[in-house]
Amino acid sequence: MKIERLPAAPARFALERTKVVPALIGRHQDFLIITGLAGAVYEVSALTDNADYFYGLGGAMGAASMMGLGLALAQPKRKVLVVTGDGEMLMSLGSLCTVATVNPPNLSILCVDNGHYGETGYQISHTSRCVDLEAIARGAGIRLTHSVIIEADIAEGARLLRAGGDTSFVLASVKPTDGPKGMLNLNGAECRDIFRRALLGPH
Amino acid sequence: MVRSAEQPKRWQDDLYEELKKANVTQFCYVPDAGHSVLIDRSLADPEVHSIGLTSEEEGVAMLAGADLGGARGVLLMQSSGVGNCINMLSLIKGSRFPFLAIVSMRGEFGEGNAWQFAMGQAVEQVMSAMGVICLRVERPEDVVATINAALTMTFRAGQSVAVLLAQKLLGAKKF
Repeated sequence: MKIERLPAAPARFALERTKVVPALIGRHQDFLIITGLAGAVYEVSALTDNADYFYGLGGAMGAASMMGLGLALAQPKRKVLVVTGDGEMLMSLGSLCTVATVNPPNLSILCVDNGHYGETGYQISHTSRCVDLEAIARGAGIRLTHSVIIEADIAEGARLLRAGGDTSFVLASVKPTDGPKGMLNLNGAECRDIFRRALLGPH
Repeated sequence: MVRSAEQPKRWQDDLYEELKKANVTQFCYVPDAGHSVLIDRSLADPEVHSIGLTSEEEGVAMLAGADLGGARGVLLMQSSGVGNCINMLSLIKGSRFPFLAIVSMRGEFGEGNAWQFAMGQAVEQVMSAMGVICLRVERPEDVVATINAALTMTFRAGQSVAVLLAQKLLGAKKF
């Protein structure tokens, strides 16, 4: 019996994050941005030059998506973007369920998946073995989801992050490398003040 | 609304109304019998967001996000959920976010389920270790004054506060 094989899936973890992440985010000034700790926070602090519409976590692993939800509900007229890594996302999979039940149209999550815990020495994460975070987001009920595995996937990912209508989740599968390391402000209280003053004015 | 003498106003309604008066617009919770009035009223109220969580630490992060956007929120949880929040409270303490939780207590006065004691008895120690001030309520007549004290401490003075609704107030679950 002849066995028909499906064409091989494109190799994951092949794209350069230094190209993909800026291409997916585009004009970062259009968003209020929350980033999870480690790779994502360095990358976005460099990309935005530590802008006052960016709040980066230096700890509290697992907080990013839910912070994005609270912010999106508080600021329904602004687009809120959460940028985080596979390790941070794996620690708070329940957040995807909670976010999906609320489905704020002004919230997007970009998960930069390099299959590793880069910050602690590049131990592999579950996404290197078998876990598909886009499938989990879809299973949680998030309506707009997309995986960016080859360059041709980028345009649709960028579109979904700005689509509106529903919450979106974009998984970017990238090489196990660090992003650019920007100067990181680890003083969370100062970051809170800067963010709030820029968004809400002095009070 | 005028209520008859046979139907005294529930303290849970007073609690909800004080939160509303203080512009609390994000209610997040893990379902719990002790919070059923607050949960049901927030779900029925089109002026607030009422968000069910899969685990309590999600609520800690959500309230920090709400504060970044200029909104006020409250986390409703049972004492067993306090343990789930421990590391996430480093977000609150480290960035000096205001934080308000209302905790329905188990594992104390009249508790019949042995499973509830370990976390219930550790609530105040755990909260204070993470910088959260605990205000405990045991009598219905103290509910309004305590929640108002907590609201002032949280949203005027920027502190993190947990109001503990004691099992003496709530009544122990029957087994």
